[in-house]
Amino acid sequence: MSNNIETAKFRPEICTDENLVYRKPSTLLPEPFHYCPGCGHSTVHKIFMEVVEEMGIENEIIGVAPVGCSVFAYHYMGVDMQQAAHGRACAVATGIKRVQPDKYVFSYQGDGDLAAIGTGETIHAANRGENILVIFINNGIYGMTSGQMAPTTLEGMVSTTSPHGRDVKTQGYPLKMSEFIAPLPGVAYVTRQSVHKPANVRKAKKALRQALEYQKQGLGFCLVEIVTNCPSNWRMTPAQANQYIEEKMLAFYKLGDIKVPEVK
Amino acid sequence: MGEIKLMKGNEALAEAMIRAGCDAYFGYPITPQSEVLEYLSKDATQRTGMVVLQAESEVAAINMIYGAAACGRRVMTTSSSPGISLMQEGLSYIASAELPCVLTNVVRGGPGLGTIQPSQADYFQAVKGGGHGDYRLIVLAPSSVQEMVDFVRLSFDLAEKYRNPVMILADGAIGQMMEKVELFDQMPRKTEFPDWATTGKPKDKERRYITSLHIQPEKMEEINKHLQAKYKQIEKDEVRYEAFNLDDAEYILTGYGLGARICRKAMDILREKGYKVGLIRPITLFPFPKKVYKEVADKVKGILDVEMNSGQMVEDVKLSVCGKTRVEYYGRMGGMIPSPEEIVENFEKLFIKGEA
Ligand SMILES: Cc1ncc(C[n+]2csc(CCOP(=O)(O)OP(=O)(O)O)c2C)c(N)n1
Ligand code: SF4
Ligand SMILES: [Mg+2]
Repeated sequence: MSNNIETAKFRPEICTDENLVYRKPSTLLPEPFHYCPGCGHSTVHKIFMEVVEEMGIENEIIGVAPVGCSVFAYHYMGVDMQQAAHGRACAVATGIKRVQPDKYVFSYQGDGDLAAIGTGETIHAANRGENILVIFINNGIYGMTSGQMAPTTLEGMVSTTSPHGRDVKTQGYPLKMSEFIAPLPGVAYVTRQSVHKPANVRKAKKALRQALEYQKQGLGFCLVEIVTNCPSNWRMTPAQANQYIEEKMLAFYKLGDIKVPEVK
Repeated sequence: MGEIKLMKGNEALAEAMIRAGCDAYFGYPITPQSEVLEYLSKDATQRTGMVVLQAESEVAAINMIYGAAACGRRVMTTSSSPGISLMQEGLSYIASAELPCVLTNVVRGGPGLGTIQPSQADYFQAVKGGGHGDYRLIVLAPSSVQEMVDFVRLSFDLAEKYRNPVMILADGAIGQMMEKVELFDQMPRKTEFPDWATTGKPKDKERRYITSLHIQPEKMEEINKHLQAKYKQIEKDEVRYEAFNLDDAEYILTGYGLGARICRKAMDILREKGYKVGLIRPITLFPFPKKVYKEVADKVKGILDVEMNSGQMVEDVKLSVCGKTRVEYYGRMGGMIPSPEEIVENFEKLFIKGEA
């Protein structure tokens, strides 16, 4: 944004509508992201706000951002938002949706939030078929609290609380929440996406749009898992982190649709 | 005159909730208050369109309350002691984000799983904050089934006026007993919501967000100052209590809720015996009616505080009288209820025969 403004000042003849190839969606607030360089949260925020803009629903959507690095999502997403306690996003979203069934409701949750402390709320919201969208950011770690083991941390993966690599015998196995949730009858749509390459970003965006379309049709609980990185706590450069996603994370967390609504 | 009915405390509370135009109830079963959810599950939704949902836990229920309250709706939950403990994190968030809502604690004996018998052991938790951080609930203590009805409407009004959670601190006996009640007429549900409510970003206006997070300590201190100023205002304007026979009183009995009812009977017996005894019953436990205690302190020989706990409110009574009169406590714990005769006996022991 600031670069655009700078260029506009000095080369106004270039900054014309015909030459526009990139801009922020109007639904994204003019705030610099606090996320670390290369972090997937920023990308997902942007594509999701693009979806909201493209669908023209910024006046009909309410979001929930629970504790995790993305607790400040409300600083960036220019829609009505609620910050929630760690793990409770699905309950908060249930409260919102039940009193405003005609509005779009989404939660944006980390893996610690959704798959550890908030497992109960997640499963029960899914099982009730709450007509909400859950965006599930799986970076295999507790980002906000500086890199402790998450329920999704891969076997052997190093974190500050598994410094010798996750030992599944004593620390449990990485949890595939999407596969776990998908069989529940209240669940309409479960898909796993990533944003580590441009092609994947496009697919993830399509999935987010699809989920909101399903919500509009009242089909029930939709979960879009996005496998991302945490370069800072993985102790990697952004490029290395995306390499790790490709080689390690996606080998275990397979991309693609896990459940799609039956066509009637 | 409203409709007159013979009702159980918990059911009267549920009926009042429907009639107060409540938009949503989220709760989880626990004795001795499960009748609330059962009563609402019958036909509340058919009657007013209100949402009634059995949550998977009290943790979930209070967070559903958070979400719906932040949409500007009239929302309520009920539980009993162990369940209320589980709600404390959520309540702290609700207090910080200044969301109006009402919850009822039909208190049972503790600690731990305790007993399902009536108790007042959760006074500290209700009145002093309960969850983390510096915050207060407005706390109302009903002492009859009628007040279970009346306080629902009052609680919603106070919650909305101050954007603050309100707790009705009842007990298992008030919840379970049957009494004659007069019900108020059905009120309409709200159709307009406050500006701060997250109902979808208004066109051509700023979007809203609800949060309890303020990373900068300077900002968080500002929020705290704002909350404290609000609590001061509440202490100034919302004190409610009931007093009997203060004019000629040489001694005061004091208690709240069920305890106050028993004290009333004890007062009558003591008066028959020739002792000039008055009674103070706080209706609001926060704000606590400090002034009336302070006023009587100069005139009386002593105050006997009666509670169904180990002596919790007695601390507030002592703070209110500032050492100006003797304050004694008598009570039962763990679900036991003191009888009027017991109170009389202990009154005489403490104040008349002087055995301390
Ligand atoms: C009740 C409670 N327990 C613990 C915490 C501390 N905490 C904050 S964020 C977090 C983990 C966040 O990890 P995740 O949900 O994966 O989000 P990420 O930061 O990785 O995006 C924890 C444990 C908290 N805020 N509240
Ligand atoms: S700590 Fe990790 S998840 Fe959090 S912003 Fe930084 S890179 Fe992203
Ligand atoms: Mg994480």
